[in-house]
Amino acid sequence: MSRKVYVDVLIKQDKEGRITPLAVTWEDGEIYEIDKVTGVCKAASLKAGGAGIRYTCQIQSKETFLFLENDKWFVESKS
Amino acid sequence: MERSILHVDCNKFYASVECLHRPEIRNLPVVVGGDVELRHGIVLTKNEIAAKYQIKTGEAIWQAKQKCPELVVLTPNFPLYLRFSKMARDIYADYTDQIEPFGLDECWLDVTGSGIFGDGVTIAEEIRKRVKFELGITVSIGVSYNKIFAKLGSDYKKPDAVTQFTKQNYKEIVWPLPASDLLYVGRSTANRFKNCGIYTIGDIANCTPGYMNIILGKVGYMLHSFANGWDIEPVSCEGNTTVIKSIGNSSTAPRDLENENDVKIMMFVLTESVARRMREQGFRCRTLCISVRDNTLVSFTRQCKMKKYTASTKELADRALELFRQNYNWLRPIRSVGVSCTDFEHENSVVQLDLFDDYEKRMKMERLDTSIDSLKSRFGNYCIQRGLMLADRQLSGFNPYNDHNIHPIGYFKPQ
Repeated sequence: MSRKVYVDVLIKQDKEGRITPLAVTWEDGEIYEIDKVTGVCKAASLKAGGAGIRYTCQIQSKETFLFLENDKWFVESKS
Repeated sequence: MERSILHVDCNKFYASVECLHRPEIRNLPVVVGGDVELRHGIVLTKNEIAAKYQIKTGEAIWQAKQKCPELVVLTPNFPLYLRFSKMARDIYADYTDQIEPFGLDECWLDVTGSGIFGDGVTIAEEIRKRVKFELGITVSIGVSYNKIFAKLGSDYKKPDAVTQFTKQNYKEIVWPLPASDLLYVGRSTANRFKNCGIYTIGDIANCTPGYMNIILGKVGYMLHSFANGWDIEPVSCEGNTTVIKSIGNSSTAPRDLENENDVKIMMFVLTESVARRMREQGFRCRTLCISVRDNTLVSFTRQCKMKKYTASTKELADRALELFRQNYNWLRPIRSVGVSCTDFEHENSVVQLDLFDDYEKRMKMERLDTSIDSLKSRFGNYCIQRGLMLADRQLSGFNPYNDHNIHPIGYFKPQ
């Protein structure tokens, strides 16, 4: 089952107010750079349990969903 | 032009939101209920699995647990439900500005003028899919040409469905439904109908309006036109605030109230909240109403006029207690009490002075109340309290002002 993991996220906010996540710090402290954000939409996470704005990110050529729920970021962890 | 009205109902709203956030309980029977310790332990919502055990909304949690011992009971998280309610309304707002909420989880939408998105059913299907994807909960939607049939439609097929009642098909589908499915037909109206041989919505529609009037009075006319689909009530616009006609609070006590002092404590806590909410709106009231429910769940309400329009906590609480004294004989201990105020005037209205009334003192009391309000809003509800509240911390330890931010609304709006 998936787990909801809140993470630290480094973001860039432009002068229009748009937010782009740049890097994610995982629970163990390791930092993963986001290569590309391929999509942004509102969505629910049935796996982790939550709903908010979903950023589809390419991290190390893998597709990962990063969710912004209220003002906190979370990802769906597999363990 | 025929209207196109949608009624969107979030299925098992509280339970769905909770289950979304806790994947581990999604396959278990779940209910959301009040705090058992505080004796607010009734089922507010259940999920689909709990519904299979015949658990009903409104029954006590111990009864529900007898039906299903492995039941998961969660306490409500209202801020979370408010957030989801708002997120759902944001989706509706993409299609129309005529959004009329009916509680947290239900809304009417008028999409007559939203043709660029397609017809009613197309929009309904799109909303259904979007809510499921973006919020992770399901909705059922009724589509029709009036609000009453739209509401019936959202109840007709659930969860996660769209039902349309048109002028062509309503006689076949709506009329065979039981009379109690119609808005404003509760248990006692349904019983009265049964005694008159009226069992279905079609039976109501086919009575003469005069006969309905004999059975129910003017409500009879209303139900007759509801059943025929003649309801022309508009869907009000988003953000239209309705005129406030009454302000009230009630609460079930954590233990039975045995004597007048217990009642006094509860009444003061409730009146403090009611009077504060009234002052915030800039109102003074003329009519005060109390409700009392004893431990066998028998309840009654009584109301009285105040001598003058007032928003003073002490004046209202004293009058409420006096009214209680006149009307209760202490045959049984009391389970819950409530206080509400109606008949408002604005605080800037002119005041008729009185030779025999101490106006100076009134003004002083008013200023005192205002100071207490500002202290409470800055430092919290418990920063300043009456000495009376310390007599029984258990009874006075609730905060109706902050805890109850969801207020019931009626179908009919004051014009």
